[in-house]
Amino acid sequence: MELKNTDSGSWSPYIAGGLSGLVIIVSVLWTGQFFGASTSFVRSAGMLGKTFEPERVKQLEYFIRYLPQFDWQLMFVIGIFVGSLIAAVWSGSFKWQGVPDMWAERFGTSPVKRGIVAFIGGIIAMFGARLADGCPSGHGLSGMIQLAVSGLIAMVFFFVGGIIMTRIIYSGGKK
Amino acid sequence: MNMLIMGLLTGMLFGFLLQKARVVRYDKQIGALRFQDMTIVKFMFSAIIVGMVGIHFLDLFGLVQLLYKPVVLGENITGGLLFGLGWGLLGYCPGTQGGALGEGRWDALWGILGMIVGAGLYAESYPFLMNNILNWGNFGYLTIPQLIGVNRWIVIIVFVAGVLALFRWFEKKGL
Repeated sequence: MELKNTDSGSWSPYIAGGLSGLVIIVSVLWTGQFFGASTSFVRSAGMLGKTFEPERVKQLEYFIRYLPQFDWQLMFVIGIFVGSLIAAVWSGSFKWQGVPDMWAERFGTSPVKRGIVAFIGGIIAMFGARLADGCPSGHGLSGMIQLAVSGLIAMVFFFVGGIIMTRIIYSGGKK
Repeated sequence: MNMLIMGLLTGMLFGFLLQKARVVRYDKQIGALRFQDMTIVKFMFSAIIVGMVGIHFLDLFGLVQLLYKPVVLGENITGGLLFGLGWGLLGYCPGTQGGALGEGRWDALWGILGMIVGAGLYAESYPFLMNNILNWGNFGYLTIPQLIGVNRWIVIIVFVAGVLALFRWFEKKGL
């Protein structure tokens, strides 16, 4: 199956990945910050929760551990959005799309169906990431770079879980 | 304040590279889980081997501070699996879905909302989890070289060689 990068303006994943490794090194050297993302969703949830139920948020131990405020990592996650937007617009690959191609091929073009599954998937994924104490950035990239056993275990099970789920939902479809 | 700006800039660089390599897309993420397109794996492991060599080299001179997570089997395994199952449904990661939104794939918005809800749910259930699965199988801070009792550079050399062999295999198979 030929699925090589042939669209214009794309870079080899080896080059872009290697450059990302350099960005990580510089980040750790200058600011002491390894990449991570999932804690930012805890802080965001805390900030949103504060506007509705400030008392409840104050009581929850987890929001004491991760204070609902902006920090390096939350700005990093926002920066990913901005950087991707710049790259996409610049290279002309920006595309307003609510249903991914592969999804549409198997489950149809309804954005509602896609939205519901994406929302549920997001809930499960984040609950799992917090339970694991990291996501593919924190455990995958940062953990593996440091040769952490926790990173290796989490990374293996991220893929095991993902492979199981795609086996289930894409079974019977064309390969 | 300076840290917030550094976070934003680092995120922008990373987001730019993620978009350039096309790794933020649903089709690429799920493509890897279905063994059809290994773009994200190439990107991730390229970043890991560059970061690994660089960070451990700088660590020799005491220029960086390692900061990884402890091994807690109950957390790493159940959380990892759960994350993977959700990831298989959503097709985006906590760090990269902002990038997917940045290139116009707006179904990522549902994933972001779901993840904020998931983080809130986790904060609510944290006291219960704390007394149950959390902390089960706690082996503390452990690296792969410590676990197998060899010099870390041996592990790094073997790891890098293994990744390069994997890349060769991907290219031979056209993945």
